Amino acid sequence: MKRALAALLLLAVLAFPLVFTQPFPRHIMIMIFLYGALATAWNILAGYCGQISLGHAVYFGIGAYTSTMLVREAALTPWLGMVAGAALAVAVSQAIGYPVFRLRGHYFAIATIGFGEIVQTLVLNWDWVGGARGLFVPIVRPDSLLNLQFHESKAVYYYIALGLLALALGTTRWIERARRGYYFRAIKEDQDAAASLGVRVAREKHAAIAVSAALTALGGTFWAQYVLFIDPESVFPLALSILICLVAVLGGVGSLWGPLLGAAVLVPLSEGTRVMLGGTGKALDLVIYGALIMIIAVFQPAGLIGLVRRIGRRAAAAATGARRESAA
Amino acid sequence: MGFVYALVAAGLSLIFGLMELVNFAHGEFLMLAMYVAFFAWALAGLDPVVALPVCAAALGGLGWLAYHGLIRRVLGAPMLAQIFATFGLGVFLRNSAHFAFGVDFLTIQDPWLAGRVSVGGLFIGLPQVGAAVAAMGAFLGLYLFLSRSETGLALTATAQDRQAASLMGIDTQRMFALGWVIGGACVGVAGALLAMFFYIYPDVGGPFALLAYVTVALGGFGNVPATLLAGIVVGLVEALAGLLIPPAFKYSVVFGLYLAVVLWRPQGLFGRF
Repeated sequence: MKRALAALLLLAVLAFPLVFTQPFPRHIMIMIFLYGALATAWNILAGYCGQISLGHAVYFGIGAYTSTMLVREAALTPWLGMVAGAALAVAVSQAIGYPVFRLRGHYFAIATIGFGEIVQTLVLNWDWVGGARGLFVPIVRPDSLLNLQFHESKAVYYYIALGLLALALGTTRWIERARRGYYFRAIKEDQDAAASLGVRVAREKHAAIAVSAALTALGGTFWAQYVLFIDPESVFPLALSILICLVAVLGGVGSLWGPLLGAAVLVPLSEGTRVMLGGTGKALDLVIYGALIMIIAVFQPAGLIGLVRRIGRRAAAAATGARRESAA
Repeated sequence: MGFVYALVAAGLSLIFGLMELVNFAHGEFLMLAMYVAFFAWALAGLDPVVALPVCAAALGGLGWLAYHGLIRRVLGAPMLAQIFATFGLGVFLRNSAHFAFGVDFLTIQDPWLAGRVSVGGLFIGLPQVGAAVAAMGAFLGLYLFLSRSETGLALTATAQDRQAASLMGIDTQRMFALGWVIGGACVGVAGALLAMFFYIYPDVGGPFALLAYVTVALGGFGNVPATLLAGIVVGLVEALAGLLIPPAFKYSVVFGLYLAVVLWRPQGLFGRF
């Protein structure tokens, strides 16, 4: 039953671009996949390992800038740029991790904000990478998979974003079941107790941030190729870092499907209010968005996944009840 | 500027010490305080100096509302839910300001404190001097209240140990609400002072809030006097950095300072956790 439902859902997702040929629904789905992937990546570090980073835009930006610079300067395919961006993001995450992982709780979160701001300022003032003006990805025609640019239709972007999401979810699933996943959760519950039981806390945290940063950087490259223009304000801002964890928190932290659920709710919500109310230039859409965040925080602090699980349990209970009745 | 930073950060620090909760809407509180000062001037002709108590009262009221409307409901929730409750409040307030006041940069014309004074060849704007003095005064008042008055002591006791305080017959709920009122009032004063010499627009709170977080963390969460010291340090570092290197990097230097300090002392300069 459950498996059949999952297969049906997967089929629906795969067939979506065939049914909806308009750019807008496809765009919404692509954004859901992208933010779902980013939030899932963040969740590996924050949800499983308990390190609440508010600076993940750094890795997103590195992914976007690395591939774009390689395309511009060396005419390298973005696919290799993607790998290079992920590698660079891992290197940077290890360097950042060395000082910040000594900090705990709010001190850690604020230190990651600090790093995010420093990196953004550096890129803003670095002329070689375009400074505040940003960078255009050189337009190549015709569309080709090698150049990762598609001007005619969003369908290929759709499947690539879906692939990214699948990669992030698969990695999370793998970590969840591996020994390392148990180490991560032990650190989240009680770092000192984990250390006293022989978990090498620093090493595990570095591993968590490496995976998380690499996946985030892949998303960054995808974004650069999708919108074909990047600047520090769009790929490095604190607002992006916060949005990433907002999506995860909304869905449910520390669960496999939570971040995706959060993206599936938040993205249509923000795009929808933007389309309906954004044109007034009065920011009414963001007023509603802020109010919704508060409402969710108050009524569903464990994230929407808690709500879904409760409904699922109730449905299961109702189903067994009905079966029992029919048996009697 | 250091004193104003310290005053902005004091409210944050007080609230954190009381209930271990970072108010991510703090910058928006500051922004609203500046708008209150602006409208007091535009509609009633009140100079920001006169409007100080008005701003403090208005923001204190906002703090009270935020506590009873929102914060009280997420007290038992995980830290992340608390972060997002206040973050959502910030988004809500900032964009409500967009909606209601537009995005134009507003300034208060001809405040009482204008011009500049010369101190040993250094020219300093009079509004800045007034702001520093007033912020220092407000800080002193806050410190005396916390350490001398009975209510202030009850507040400090609640911050130190919630359960022990409630066993001593202190109404901790009331103390939490009071903490938000005082935290709001601090921001209200800071906002009125800033409004004398700073543009007023809906996004003005952002940089100040970031600096306030750094200031609080630098001093150590929950330690109000240490916040003053940290605020002065941040103000000085920012000003010096702006002189010595391109001004674009001055915030980087402030964040770098914070990172350097917490490397050496992970709990901030005077933190107790």
